[in-house]
Amino acid sequence: MPLIVGLMNLVVPLQIGARDVAFPFLNSLSFWLFVVGAMLVNASLFVGEFAATGWLAYPPLSGLEYSPWVGVDYWLWALQISGIGTLLSGVNFFVTIIRMRAPGMTLMKMPVFTWTSLCANVLIILAFPILTVTITLLTLDRYLGTAFFTNDLGGNQMMYVNLIWAWGHPEVYILILPAFGIFSEVTATFSRKRLFGYTSLVYATACIMFLSFIVWLHHFFTMGAGASVNAFFGIATMIISIPTGVKIFNWLFTMYKGRVRFDSPMWWTAAFLITFTIGGMTGVMLAIPAANFVLHNSLFLVAHFHNVIIGGALFGYFAGLTYWFPKATGFKLDETLGKWACALWTVGFFLAFMPLYVLGFMGMTRRLNYYDNPVWNDWLLVSGFGALVVLLAICVQFYQIFASIRDRNKNLDLTGDPWDARTLEWSTSSPPPFYNFARTPDVRDRDQFDYLKRHGLAFKQPEQYSRIHMPKNTWAGIVIAVFSGVMGFGFVWHIWWMVIASTLAMLVALLVYNFQKSKDYYVEVEEIEAIEDAHFARVEAAMTSSKNERSEYSVRRRGTPLSMPA
Amino acid sequence: MNQMSIPSPEPGYTGYVDKEHHHDMAGDTLLGFWIYIMSDCILFATLFATYAVLSTSFAGGLTPTDLFDLEFVAVETALLLFSSFTFGMAMLGAQQQRMAQLLLWLGITFALGGGFLAMELYEFYHFSHEGAGPTTSAYWSAFYALVGTHGLHVFAGMCWMIVLVVHMLKDGISSTNFTRLSCLSLFWHFLDIIWICVFSMVYLMGVM
Amino acid sequence: MATQNQTVTTHGGAAHGSAREYLWGLFWSVLLTVVPFAMVMVGGFDTGLTLAVILLCAVAQVFVQLVFFLHMNNSSEQTWNTVSAVFIVLIVAIVVLGSIWIMNHLNHNMLMGH
Repeated sequence: MPLIVGLMNLVVPLQIGARDVAFPFLNSLSFWLFVVGAMLVNASLFVGEFAATGWLAYPPLSGLEYSPWVGVDYWLWALQISGIGTLLSGVNFFVTIIRMRAPGMTLMKMPVFTWTSLCANVLIILAFPILTVTITLLTLDRYLGTAFFTNDLGGNQMMYVNLIWAWGHPEVYILILPAFGIFSEVTATFSRKRLFGYTSLVYATACIMFLSFIVWLHHFFTMGAGASVNAFFGIATMIISIPTGVKIFNWLFTMYKGRVRFDSPMWWTAAFLITFTIGGMTGVMLAIPAANFVLHNSLFLVAHFHNVIIGGALFGYFAGLTYWFPKATGFKLDETLGKWACALWTVGFFLAFMPLYVLGFMGMTRRLNYYDNPVWNDWLLVSGFGALVVLLAICVQFYQIFASIRDRNKNLDLTGDPWDARTLEWSTSSPPPFYNFARTPDVRDRDQFDYLKRHGLAFKQPEQYSRIHMPKNTWAGIVIAVFSGVMGFGFVWHIWWMVIASTLAMLVALLVYNFQKSKDYYVEVEEIEAIEDAHFARVEAAMTSSKNERSEYSVRRRGTPLSMPA
Repeated sequence: MNQMSIPSPEPGYTGYVDKEHHHDMAGDTLLGFWIYIMSDCILFATLFATYAVLSTSFAGGLTPTDLFDLEFVAVETALLLFSSFTFGMAMLGAQQQRMAQLLLWLGITFALGGGFLAMELYEFYHFSHEGAGPTTSAYWSAFYALVGTHGLHVFAGMCWMIVLVVHMLKDGISSTNFTRLSCLSLFWHFLDIIWICVFSMVYLMGVM
Repeated sequence: MATQNQTVTTHGGAAHGSAREYLWGLFWSVLLTVVPFAMVMVGGFDTGLTLAVILLCAVAQVFVQLVFFLHMNNSSEQTWNTVSAVFIVLIVAIVVLGSIWIMNHLNHNMLMGH
């Protein structure tokens, strides 16, 4: 989740030709709120105890009676603080995408990653308030002795389960939708074709966004709802596989008759297509309420959700990381090591999780710390070996990052367009200047950068610049977030003076920021010219040297003479 | 085939806009705030759902029929409804750049909001005193959570009003301040809408 | 002042009202509040009818607030506000009605009802 919001932060403004997000201060605040939330939950490892209530802290186990100490409180306040940060990000990106697109970029000319980010942010805006309320009510139960989810006084624990999944299900689509966007960008770029069925893909994304709100009960089919409720939510869940299937075919048909280049982002995509399809099909199996009664809480379920989270979301993030890494840093990650990592991940994943499907059918439940059924042994050994292969893959990835930084001069991206890609983010330098675009793009086509290359307009320095309006850096985001962390810590330990003091400090910081004037400034033309001249000099040098050496990447890659800048 | 279908650009097209235009930041702020209010709707929806689910969980204790006093609620409602109207008049004052009118109507809105809040606090105190506090039963927990969250929003709106008046006195009705006032106006009317749902579903249906 | 006035009236995409509009808004919202209150306070009406009147008046008054006080309309500047509001209403309905439906089932089948 933080990884994907980070990618959105980098890519979305660039893809829509904007200089920044709509509310830079909120962006800084939500980033720091997330950092503080993460620190708070990690602090619980050292000071006090870590929550022993599982991912979602169902009451009554997470109630005061069964978890009397601070673990759950840490979890609650950390989640609350970072959840509010996420909500602010959601609003921010929504407004950015709706209002800050470059002239000419209609909604249906938006790159697909921007579309999926938009939908993911709509989901954040809609789902996170539910989380805020749910964990606030649990907090009230623990702090004030209210009776929302208690055993006595008419409290109802199942309402907690209901609410947390009304948030939790949209949440998993917040994770996967941007990954779908990444695969769309990667597939189109490396197949050197326009994306097949752009419109259907956009509508499929919107469908998934809406449907994700009417399936949450499938997380607790066996909790005792009647036939009509289970049938409704079961069918709704199965229907979600239709737009998802549409997307799989979009990607396959994009590759069909394309000249596919297998760079490492494309490896991740290919691995995803197979893995995720299997995960999706087992998901449809689990969506049948009757089958769910057999399979729930078994390793079949564990295998299924790792199949979609790892094979879907995680592989997508790795593809996106590899794909946009040069844009962020100015050099590419090592390709050979990247392919090794992908291969090891895929093999390790299949070895680790396919046996779990079988074990699920054999009746093995999840969260066991002991078993005495010898029949399970062989399958578990295979699975354990697979986990080791995944570990190796992770080590390779760390080494890949280390080696790429060490050898960065070998993989420099001088043109800003290392993959011969199609969308606007590649038309600026790598890393992009702090104002992103020296001149605002005038968009004519869905694959705008490809369009420019085709018509020989790419890599041309504009004749003149005008000054650019930019926000100033501000201290307020980090200060407010730090005080919110102090407040959370005070709440966890019931240190009331600390709570009051830090809350007041937050308010004061907000007010001081609120009354500050001149939050922005102009970048003068001279500075822009200096930066842009240097960039185009590098582009020029890269082009000439690649022409001379012939074997160099860009000649081979830039393919058609039409797209070769004259 | 795809390559053929893309028309060529007209001569003189460079890929950039000719003239940089100024971005409408106020519009960004208003849309952003509107979206925040939409997410606040979901927050209240969750509280309403909780209230509805727990609406009969009295655990043998007091029920709303025992305590709710509709005449009292009618006065509360009237205060909030009129404050919505007076805020509208304050907005008119701001549009016409009439500072005195703006401050007068904003002051009346503040007073009405304060009256509403005082009545609500008194009601909470009274109910708790009668033996229906937030810890009495799941129903009352849900009642205080829903009505209290609304009250907290009203309180936040009033604090914001004070800050805004300071801004207004410092810089006059500048374009930035007008944007701020518009956001607060959205917020205030939104609270009124939530209150309509509260008095209909909590109070009226509670004593039916 | 004059230049400021210009920037104020042209920015933001928010429509502006008039005193007349606000007065009409007040009139309607008072009416739509008095009717359900009176019905419940006087009492003696059919429960279903009362319930229907309360809900109808509430929905109508929400629209009154949106139109007269928040000046929502279908101009192009407000497209996103309107679209998002309609979508939110849908999601609110799903969350509230869905929760009630599910929890009724659970209470009934798990013998949690009172």
